[in-house]
Amino acid sequence: MNLLHQIFVEPFLFMGEAPDLLLQVLWEGFVSGILYALIALGFVLIFKASGVFNFAQGIMVVFAALTLVGFYAMGVPAILSLALAIGVMFLLAVTVERVVLRPLVNQPDIILFMATFGITYFLIGFGELIFGGEPKQMITSQLMLPEGRTNLEIAGGFVTIQHIDIAAAAIAVVMIATLGIFFSKTRIGRALRAVADSHKAALSVGISLNQIWVTVWFAAGIVALVTGIMWGARSDVSFALQIIAFKALPVLILGGFTSIPGAIVGGLIIGFGEKIAEFYWGPLVGGGIESWFAYIIALIFLVFRPQGLFGEKIIERI
Amino acid sequence: MSLRLYGIGALAASVFAASAAVTAAQAQDGIYVPLLSYRTGAFAGSGIPIADGMHDYLTMLNERDGGIGGVPLIIEECETGYDTTRGVECYESVRGNNPVVMNPYSTGITLQLIPRAAVDEIPVLSMAYGLSAAADGTTFPWVFNPPVTYWDGASVFIKHVANVEGGFENLAGKTIGLLHLDAPYGREPIPVLNALAEEHGFEVKLYPVPAQDMQNQSSVWLNIRRDRPDWIYLQGWGAMNPTAVREAVRTNFPVDRLVGVWWAGGDEDARAGGAQAAGYKSLNFHGVGADYPFMDDIITYVHERGLSRFPRDRVGDNLYNRGIYNSMLIAEAIRTAQEVTGNAMVDGADVRLGLEAMNITEERIVEMGMEGFMAPLAISCENHSGHNEVYVAQWDGDAWTQGTDWMSPLTEFVRPLIEEAAQSYAAADAGWPERTEACP
Repeated sequence: MNLLHQIFVEPFLFMGEAPDLLLQVLWEGFVSGILYALIALGFVLIFKASGVFNFAQGIMVVFAALTLVGFYAMGVPAILSLALAIGVMFLLAVTVERVVLRPLVNQPDIILFMATFGITYFLIGFGELIFGGEPKQMITSQLMLPEGRTNLEIAGGFVTIQHIDIAAAAIAVVMIATLGIFFSKTRIGRALRAVADSHKAALSVGISLNQIWVTVWFAAGIVALVTGIMWGARSDVSFALQIIAFKALPVLILGGFTSIPGAIVGGLIIGFGEKIAEFYWGPLVGGGIESWFAYIIALIFLVFRPQGLFGEKIIERI
Repeated sequence: MSLRLYGIGALAASVFAASAAVTAAQAQDGIYVPLLSYRTGAFAGSGIPIADGMHDYLTMLNERDGGIGGVPLIIEECETGYDTTRGVECYESVRGNNPVVMNPYSTGITLQLIPRAAVDEIPVLSMAYGLSAAADGTTFPWVFNPPVTYWDGASVFIKHVANVEGGFENLAGKTIGLLHLDAPYGREPIPVLNALAEEHGFEVKLYPVPAQDMQNQSSVWLNIRRDRPDWIYLQGWGAMNPTAVREAVRTNFPVDRLVGVWWAGGDEDARAGGAQAAGYKSLNFHGVGADYPFMDDIITYVHERGLSRFPRDRVGDNLYNRGIYNSMLIAEAIRTAQEVTGNAMVDGADVRLGLEAMNITEERIVEMGMEGFMAPLAISCENHSGHNEVYVAQWDGDAWTQGTDWMSPLTEFVRPLIEEAAQSYAAADAGWPERTEACP
């Protein structure tokens, strides 16, 4: 009985007793959700174009951020470093297309999936060789991103808003909207959907597979760079950051692997869900539930809606 | 085509065999000291300066003195990535070269090597890490964890809290948080903190951080804000530490009430919090900075000869010095083993004796050029840690400073717990051998 009270009553009473903490939890959940959505977006772009889960998205986040910080450390001005990092991500997209994807056209999806493992381990080794394994500080102020925080006095307490989090949310929203429009309203976007459906059919109507793949991998690279800047500003840029990318997996299960709006909604559900669960129910089991709670939500969704909230229902005629 | 492949395969195999033979042959010409290190992976930020410090001190002994007792040291690194499985693979790969001591540099790897040490007769030196109970030399004759254990560290933290709060009697009613990596290393201080809480009437709150969320700690710091602990003890590693310091600053937690274990005291850990991290504390058992006579030799014989990978301007960083301290222990164990046995070439069994006979006095510290760098240290057959003194270092915004005097752990409290835990460990393993090794 006491346990039921702890599960079903006490957390809600505490929400009412400390509304400032509830607002703080919701804000943190929103920021995390937006950042998860950004990571998931990188996966969605490549999945839409090739039907492949890009295992390398996490290391692309680290590699992009390290490239930016690395150029700056060499004395290149911050904005120029940013432009050069974008250039490197373009080169990476071209290289991946030429060296990995082009020879694997029409191969089963699992082959392409395994190829992304290869890209991952190559980028880890190459990144450590070039940049070393030590964490680097993100050049937040040099990129003219806001720092500091504001304490808002609300509901008898206070809510701390980090300025970088506001910027992260704003940049993520703009980026998601831009990519959403680009891929749904332009010719490239329609071509991309055709490629996702069938490589052969797309080739037969004159769509350049190579161009699409470079475009999509480049877009995913830019998303990775933005994600790396935002996560790096919150902590550091280190190879440990790539693990966070796997938080995108439950987001994708929720939102669907092919839906940009799904990535946003999925990211927000996971962000809010894990923060609220950790804060209000975590203490019942000793804390630390955040790391697996997202997967529980995803599993529940898998049972009832395997294609995700916005994913396309797959109907195969037998 | 297949013939060509066979040719390449045969060539690769012969190169591999030749390199293995070279290492084995080299091991005959010197004292073989493998270093398990991690320069890659999520924990490289902490692992690199330590690996460089360990390497540079031993290299300095080779370059300056021709080794120890006239026998050169053969130093070989094996990359573990702070991964237990890879660490055990490293152990298996170096075991055949007759290493005189193993430095696992990971509590997880140490736990795996403890049962093997006696069988393979290779002592395990887990300097201020690993299994705290291994300080009981009667149960663990092949495992050493000087100068202090994690349990000693936790007791010094509580002692420091009591000093600041005006005495142990003022601890009652306080809340003390343990922010820890959710791994064997991070969980080590829990038993002693709970025991001390029972003794002094404070409450312990645990804040585990899974390895995958090391850089995603916002939830845990929300919990800290909810619970309002009076103090936090940080038992983190790798990217977890700078993130924790940064989050403490972000959430207005008073950084002078955030005290890291010695592994949370990297320069980069503190620097990540910016100017507002000034006041952050960390336990320490050696000096920081480069203003010591032995450091001049490291610069002259190692850095100026291009034998170091560590940036010259960072010599004196806390974790670089930590690696040096570790290698000093290795070197002193070998030197003592040579004295005890009368042999210049020593093996693992000899170095075990050397570790048990180790007594680094003030005079010896001066001889090593380490005055001001370390406190005297002694190990015995029963006491493999020594439960030596540590101090609380404090970050001034730019560098670590000595925040307190050297403090001894609450040994009278911790030692019985260690002996009890050692007996429990042996009892849980039906085949755990009784100590038969002689005392030097």
